[in-house]
Amino acid sequence: MSALRPGGEDFGARLSFDRGGPGRRAVDVPTWTGEPTPLPDAHLLRDSLRLPELSQGELVRYYTALSARNYGIDSGTYPLGSCTMKYNPKVDDLVASLPGFAAAHPQAPAEDAQGTLRTLLELRRGLAEATGLPAVSLAPAAGAQGELAGVLMITRALEDRGELERRRRILVPDSAHGTNPATAAMAGFTVTQIPTAADGSLDRATIEEELDESVAAVMVTAPNTLGLWEQGIEEVAGLIHDAGAYLYGDGANFNAIMGRVRYGDLGFDVVHLNLHKSFSTPHGGGGPGAGPVCCSEELAPYLPTPVVEECEDGVVRLTAPERSIGQLQQFHGNVGVLIRAYAYMRALGLEGLRAVSGQAVLNANYLRVLLHGYYDLPYDRPVLHEVVFSGSRQRREHGVRTYDIAKRLIDHGFHPPTVYFPLIVEEALMMEPTETEPPEAIEALAEAMIAIAEEAERDPDTLRAAPLTAPIGRLDEARAARRPVLRWQEAEAEE
Amino acid sequence: MLERVGVADLDALFADLPAAMRDPAIDLPPALTEPELIALLEERAGENADASKPNFLGAGAYRRSIPAVAAHLTSRSEFVTAYTPYQPEISQGTLQSAFEYQSVVCELTGMNVSNTGLYDVASATAEACLLATRATRRGAVALLEPIHPGTIEVVRTYTRGAGLRVDILTSVDAVSEEHACLVVQQPDFLGAIVDLEPLAEAAHASGVLLVTVADPFALGLLRSPGDAGADIVTGEGRDLAGAPAFGGPSLGLFAARTPFMRQMPGRIVGRTQELHEPPEGGEPRTGYVLTLQAREQFIRRERATSNVSTAQSLIALAFTITVQALGPRGLREAADLCYQRAHDAAARIAALPGYETPDRGPWFQEFLVRGPVRAAELSQRLRERGIGPGLDVSSRAEPEAREALLLAVTEATPDAHVDALVEALAEIGADA
Ligand SMILES: Cc1ncc(COP(=O)(O)O)c(C=O)c1O
Repeated sequence: MSALRPGGEDFGARLSFDRGGPGRRAVDVPTWTGEPTPLPDAHLLRDSLRLPELSQGELVRYYTALSARNYGIDSGTYPLGSCTMKYNPKVDDLVASLPGFAAAHPQAPAEDAQGTLRTLLELRRGLAEATGLPAVSLAPAAGAQGELAGVLMITRALEDRGELERRRRILVPDSAHGTNPATAAMAGFTVTQIPTAADGSLDRATIEEELDESVAAVMVTAPNTLGLWEQGIEEVAGLIHDAGAYLYGDGANFNAIMGRVRYGDLGFDVVHLNLHKSFSTPHGGGGPGAGPVCCSEELAPYLPTPVVEECEDGVVRLTAPERSIGQLQQFHGNVGVLIRAYAYMRALGLEGLRAVSGQAVLNANYLRVLLHGYYDLPYDRPVLHEVVFSGSRQRREHGVRTYDIAKRLIDHGFHPPTVYFPLIVEEALMMEPTETEPPEAIEALAEAMIAIAEEAERDPDTLRAAPLTAPIGRLDEARAARRPVLRWQEAEAEE
Repeated sequence: MLERVGVADLDALFADLPAAMRDPAIDLPPALTEPELIALLEERAGENADASKPNFLGAGAYRRSIPAVAAHLTSRSEFVTAYTPYQPEISQGTLQSAFEYQSVVCELTGMNVSNTGLYDVASATAEACLLATRATRRGAVALLEPIHPGTIEVVRTYTRGAGLRVDILTSVDAVSEEHACLVVQQPDFLGAIVDLEPLAEAAHASGVLLVTVADPFALGLLRSPGDAGADIVTGEGRDLAGAPAFGGPSLGLFAARTPFMRQMPGRIVGRTQELHEPPEGGEPRTGYVLTLQAREQFIRRERATSNVSTAQSLIALAFTITVQALGPRGLREAADLCYQRAHDAAARIAALPGYETPDRGPWFQEFLVRGPVRAAELSQRLRERGIGPGLDVSSRAEPEAREALLLAVTEATPDAHVDALVEALAEIGADA
């Protein structure tokens, strides 16, 4: 196995369980030298435990080889639309892991955790300022949990108004992220899908038509998943309120408008943010994240527990809002992620936040003009933080799918864009360069996309076989779902 | 770039935003340079209590000895800075590690299927309740005391939307055919090791699923819940991944028996093969992909099994590496050491005049202490002596918890801390 080609020929076939050998170990455990206490009765104890036995060197090489089979934002451009893969400042990791923060016990009395709590309090205040929504709970662990919190808050508010029985529907645009309808359903509501208007915006006419006494809320992503601003959303907010419903904002795309317009000023009642996107905390291959909910005074009593509050004695405490929907986790959320977000906010200040949204939007538009004419642009107008192209021309004319284009981009050294989302764009290629990509990187990405468009004409078969240079080729996803092998024990039984 | 994009300045790019609301006054503190930022946060971190002082809090978060190799490998930036593995060809690191995680969790819990992890133990348990109600079409769930109060709270929050009834039981006899599942914590909230088998039998007799909320570290020693009859197992993985960090990032373990595979919440990784032979020839190679995605929000939308998208992958990686670094013998030895140290500390305290450690049968790392003064006072006096006193559980209903503190001693509690505790308790006893 070559160190330069980590993994060798069929690296994936050998798990840690298949490596090492009996008796090897990576660490030692101290022996108890005191008086031994007899163990509980044997029927309460385990009689077998099958785990790998590796020396520490073997373990390190195995996971180092695995890491080399991964692509992160530190590896290169990662234009994954909606996911906001921007570079993450390393100092944020450093401060979050300071021993004083790391060692704090979640059940410690407030007096023993003032450093953490004051940091959370200031983050809370900063988010309230930035969103224009006065009340915030930092508890949700990710965007989807923030959504659940927000929708449950609306549930409680309607309950207190005595209208919950009647208001059973939530309106969700068809361009929304899947977590929006999934959350509405989880909270017990029926979802009514609202089609997108021809110009890519919310269909006002349908909303007005649907808005009646059975509607609890309208969930709007702002800016939307096409990277477009919902013009007139402040008027729609008025209509929604007149109908007695609430306006829920999916703020996962906050990075496009930070410092430029505020959800509260526009009339949103409750919004969740994705700090692991807009506030630059690294994504960890799928979390941890943090999805704070920010809301109006009216909804503040319903916020999830805990909220961070400075009490009259000057001590910062975790408190339960009066009519709280309750806790979302055993403790207080992904605090380490929140500290990173706080550090990010403090490093930027207001001018910095504005510069971030400005550059993010400029970069997306730069990419848009560079690729104009090479790929279809169903909503051909200036965008905010991301731009959604379509591979339908390539599909129609050369039988090449967006999927193939994405895979070929890997051979050019880039992470592919988000594909087939939003669902309303055929063969969607959703690209979000983010503010941290320098112009040269955006140009190189565009050149690669153009080369692929040309290759689609000349040599579509190569695209269909791509990637050719990745650690592994295209995988048989149908087989994985048809005959699920989900753990080593099954893989072993198969062999 | 501005020219190429066709605008005069950055502001012009935001022309679609309502003019009257543009560029509002926002009161944020001024920007800091990196050295200033580090100085500020070092000062803040220093405002937390000194972590080197003795502290016996457990109650859901336990101090563990984490092998250095776990933090080292988990901090590799290819792991840290990747997104959810939507493109398997350049995400095998995340995917294969997640398959390792699923394998480890299945082995510890005795289950057949694990997802790649949920937010934390309580939300994972709430998802288990939702799964159980879908699978059994029943409208109530039962939780057996003593169980972490946070778990009860979160189950209430999550089940509110579906309009489910949440019954808190003090005896398994109250479980009935109305319940979708019986949720049991192992070890229980007051530290006792639960004999799961009779509970599984009682639950199954009424068609009720057994959900076990297990401490994965204790499972190094204890019988796997699956072996004892559990249908779904959840747990908290944070303590085996790293520092408590005020509770998070956490990691919710979630594993189930095969019949519930297509009802599971969250991401699942499966093993498969390349579609084609490699360019340099030879057999198609083995790889890993996100699978069984027809359950998930981005495909099923309002019919998804859960809304979960981003979860806790990096914490799952650290958890996996810790367990694998310990290995089969190391995990057992560490759990055994934890058991020995906790029992030794409890015996020393029970031997002090005026103290008792109420007996609730076999236990693992956490025990009740009742002293010569009331719990609140004992707690206060320990704090005055610089000792974190554990959790005051005197308001609980269990008779053993009356005027008691709940203390945790683990394999990672320094000897000197236990000595300091015993000495302080003796002094307080002598004063009383
Ligand atoms: C627009 C949008 N909404 C919601 C979410 C859900 O956020 P999370 O993955 O943190 O749960 C995402 C990202 O996944 C998103 O892009």
